[in-house]
Amino acid sequence: MDWQGQKLSEQLMQIMLVAFAVAAFLAGYFLSSFQLMLIIYAAGVVLTSLITVPNWPFFNRHPLKWLDPAEAERHPKPVVANSKKKAVKSH
Amino acid sequence: MYPTLHSALPSSNLLHFESSTQRPRLFFPKKMHSFGYRLNALLTFSVTILAIICAFASYSDNLNLPSPSAQIQVLNVNWFQKQPNGDDVVSLTMNISANLESMFTWNTKQVFIFVAAEYETPLNALNQVSLWDGIIPSKEQAKFWIHTTNKYYFTDQGSNLRGKEFNLTLHWHVMPKTGKMFADKIVMSGYHLPEEYR
Repeated sequence: MDWQGQKLSEQLMQIMLVAFAVAAFLAGYFLSSFQLMLIIYAAGVVLTSLITVPNWPFFNRHPLKWLDPAEAERHPKPVVANSKKKAVKSH
Repeated sequence: MYPTLHSALPSSNLLHFESSTQRPRLFFPKKMHSFGYRLNALLTFSVTILAIICAFASYSDNLNLPSPSAQIQVLNVNWFQKQPNGDDVVSLTMNISANLESMFTWNTKQVFIFVAAEYETPLNALNQVSLWDGIIPSKEQAKFWIHTTNKYYFTDQGSNLRGKEFNLTLHWHVMPKTGKMFADKIVMSGYHLPEEYR
């Protein structure tokens, strides 16, 4: 999941849960059924988790573009510097 | 396959990776926004919201203004005695009828009701003796009448009941599915016990 996908899944999760909670409360109150409220909300939680928890392809539409590996190879690597220090100590 | 750090590069180019598809493991491990993380966030948020809607459901009970009614007739004093220990005991036959339908809301689990005899004695300004109780599990059973003797002993701590005027009070506790419990009562007065034991 890329950065924008993470933001999207988090916002989707919050908006969907709040929307289902409001719908469940109104349905339960006006139809005088506490059980109906719980069923609607539970269904909402299950649906929200199916949509926002798995790593669906639409959360991966903005892949990060890392620098080309060839660019990194042009610069000296710190590994070389470490081995030099060790060499000095051993003397 | 590990990211290599270049101190000579400008700060915006600090991180470099061998492969363009590789995730930067050292600084942003894969677990940061994993399946488990999202599931945990969803469950905690959904339980928080569940608590909030339950609080609203409890609050909505305040919008209901119940108008219950009740009548109790004392049909007979079956017996009225002084026990060997000196306490008065009475057995009554009562007819209790009530309409408590208006107490029931969508958030009501059940209603507990009890009938108490209430009277004054020289020692205590208020004596309460529970005579009968019952649980009403649904609105359909909230309009009822019952012909019954007192379920529990109508007994005084002493010998004060002869000729005593007393109230019969219907108390109720509305038990909600979530939240606050409501309690109230209807006081019915003008009942008398006989002057003599029988």
